[in-house]
Amino acid sequence: MTDFFQLVFSGMATGSIYALAALGFTLLWQASGTINFAQGEFVMLPAFVMIAFATFGAPMPLAFALTCVVAVAILGWAFKRGIADPLLRFGLMPIVVATIGLSIAARNGIRAGYSAEAHPFPSLFADKLFTVAGVNLTLADIGTLVFALALVLGTQAFLARTVTGRAMQAVAQNTESATVLGINVPRMIFYTFAINAVLACAAALLVTPTYLAKFDMGESLGTKAFFAAIIGGFNNSRGALLGGIIVGVSENLAAAYISAAYKDAVALVIFMAVILFKPQGLLGKKVERKV
Amino acid sequence: MSRTSLIVVAIVLAVLLAVPPLLKNYGVYLFSYWLVFVIATMGLNLTIGYAGQKSLGHAAFFGIGAYTVAILMKAGFSFWFGLPVAMLGCFVIGLALGAPALRVQTIYLAFATLGFNTAVWLVMRNEEWLTGGTFGINNIARPSLFGFQLSAALHYYYFVLAMAVLLGALLWKLLSSPWGKAFTALRDNPIRAESLGVNIQAYTLLSFAIGAVYAGIAGALFASLVEFIEPAPFTVGASIMMYLMVVVGGAGYFFGPLLGSAVGVLLPEWLRFAQGWYLFVFGSAVVMLMLWLPDGLLSIPDRIKARRQSREASAARNVAASKIGAAS
Repeated sequence: MTDFFQLVFSGMATGSIYALAALGFTLLWQASGTINFAQGEFVMLPAFVMIAFATFGAPMPLAFALTCVVAVAILGWAFKRGIADPLLRFGLMPIVVATIGLSIAARNGIRAGYSAEAHPFPSLFADKLFTVAGVNLTLADIGTLVFALALVLGTQAFLARTVTGRAMQAVAQNTESATVLGINVPRMIFYTFAINAVLACAAALLVTPTYLAKFDMGESLGTKAFFAAIIGGFNNSRGALLGGIIVGVSENLAAAYISAAYKDAVALVIFMAVILFKPQGLLGKKVERKV
Repeated sequence: MSRTSLIVVAIVLAVLLAVPPLLKNYGVYLFSYWLVFVIATMGLNLTIGYAGQKSLGHAAFFGIGAYTVAILMKAGFSFWFGLPVAMLGCFVIGLALGAPALRVQTIYLAFATLGFNTAVWLVMRNEEWLTGGTFGINNIARPSLFGFQLSAALHYYYFVLAMAVLLGALLWKLLSSPWGKAFTALRDNPIRAESLGVNIQAYTLLSFAIGAVYAGIAGALFASLVEFIEPAPFTVGASIMMYLMVVVGGAGYFFGPLLGSAVGVLLPEWLRFAQGWYLFVFGSAVVMLMLWLPDGLLSIPDRIKARRQSREASAARNVAASKIGAAS
């Protein structure tokens, strides 16, 4: 039984990282209709940028802050202006293919230009073990979970409580009425892209110590973020958190109790069931068919 | 078909017939590889380009076709028995995969098919008794046709070319029939199509099933072409690549897959000079291409036509305006 709780807990920690990537993904979709197939690479790139800053001697917090700035500029602003804005008018297909191209370029650019090896990444948390009621918890798991939860809830609070956040929600719900109300729509959409970039940096900071920095680390991460976003509800930000934790916990339990080879299949089964029976996601709202 | 496109088709066909004998074995192999993907993406073009569905699971059918033929041939059956079985299997599974499309649309559908692809891939990788797991199945023989062995690279190439032309002609017939028009009606406005009496459920399912059959045939040809299969060419990544090929070539353009597969299969080979960077160049090229031509390569003629028409219209307006000016 203690094993079970341990697995659930570490699954929640991993899942909360998926939730960060999934949250950015859903925010982009809601605000602008952008489907980002390079979401996993958006986590991989900051990991390498942080390593680069660290090799120039920047301490970790500084490296993280600088990386966030770079990410907002490139993965936020440049991505929006360069790829999302020109392509969104043409529907879903071009933007999907362009972000696929982007992910191929990013992955192989890092492989050719930097290294094909896995690079170690300093952990944020000391190597410490707690025992609560016979269950062993590592400080890294606790810290990851707390940090990721704080970020997700912080983003939530920002969206729900501040004027800017509410304006962003208004844009996501109905762009035209938001314009009529005098909301600066392009700026709100830019904020969403910026938040997505920062969340990706945070996910990189948390996930890289265990996954190691490698050019293809984004591949599985991106898929899991998609799964998490769909399971939780694609048009609901809280859903990303729930979805991420479901994916993290279920793959941990499946690896231990069913079979390591089919570890990814459990999240997949949940995901298929959700798509077929409650396509709006566990927490999502139904969207009616429009003529 | 207009006269210009007939001429273009004739030229392309002449090139496809005449050039490969001049190439080395690897070149012939690449051409065959390309045509196999043309067949697969023709099917995907029907599903996403004509019927307007979303599918990121096409490589699963490609894999099902390849494994069906390989397993049956290992069991001692002929290719010509394996091929119809693969086609039938893909048709039935394609109908089943179409089912989610009746409930969900757009991106949800894309992810449902992506999930299906992952599931199929997991089975290929893990069920060693059936698929050989990561070791795959090797020594798959090439088929013979009317007692004629197709084992030489060039002979097999012509066989694949004949299949591609045959399947292309069939698809052309299908699309120009009232039946095919119903697919585009479904894409352009499902609710209007329904009110005009198109059975949208049946057509949605069929668009997946027929697309799947094309992928299955392509998979069967692929297995015999490379003579060794493993799960790697049938991942979600491969499905995404096929989707990319269709969109880059021009979704909903009949000859889109021909160009799109060339971009997806041949372009990376030409980019080999960039060595380690070639996939980076490829990815960047795809992004640029989408920014330049969001509707795909084959939208170029349409664009030129639209530009000429607007120029002629503005010239006509100018003439009319100057006439009015002269009269007053």
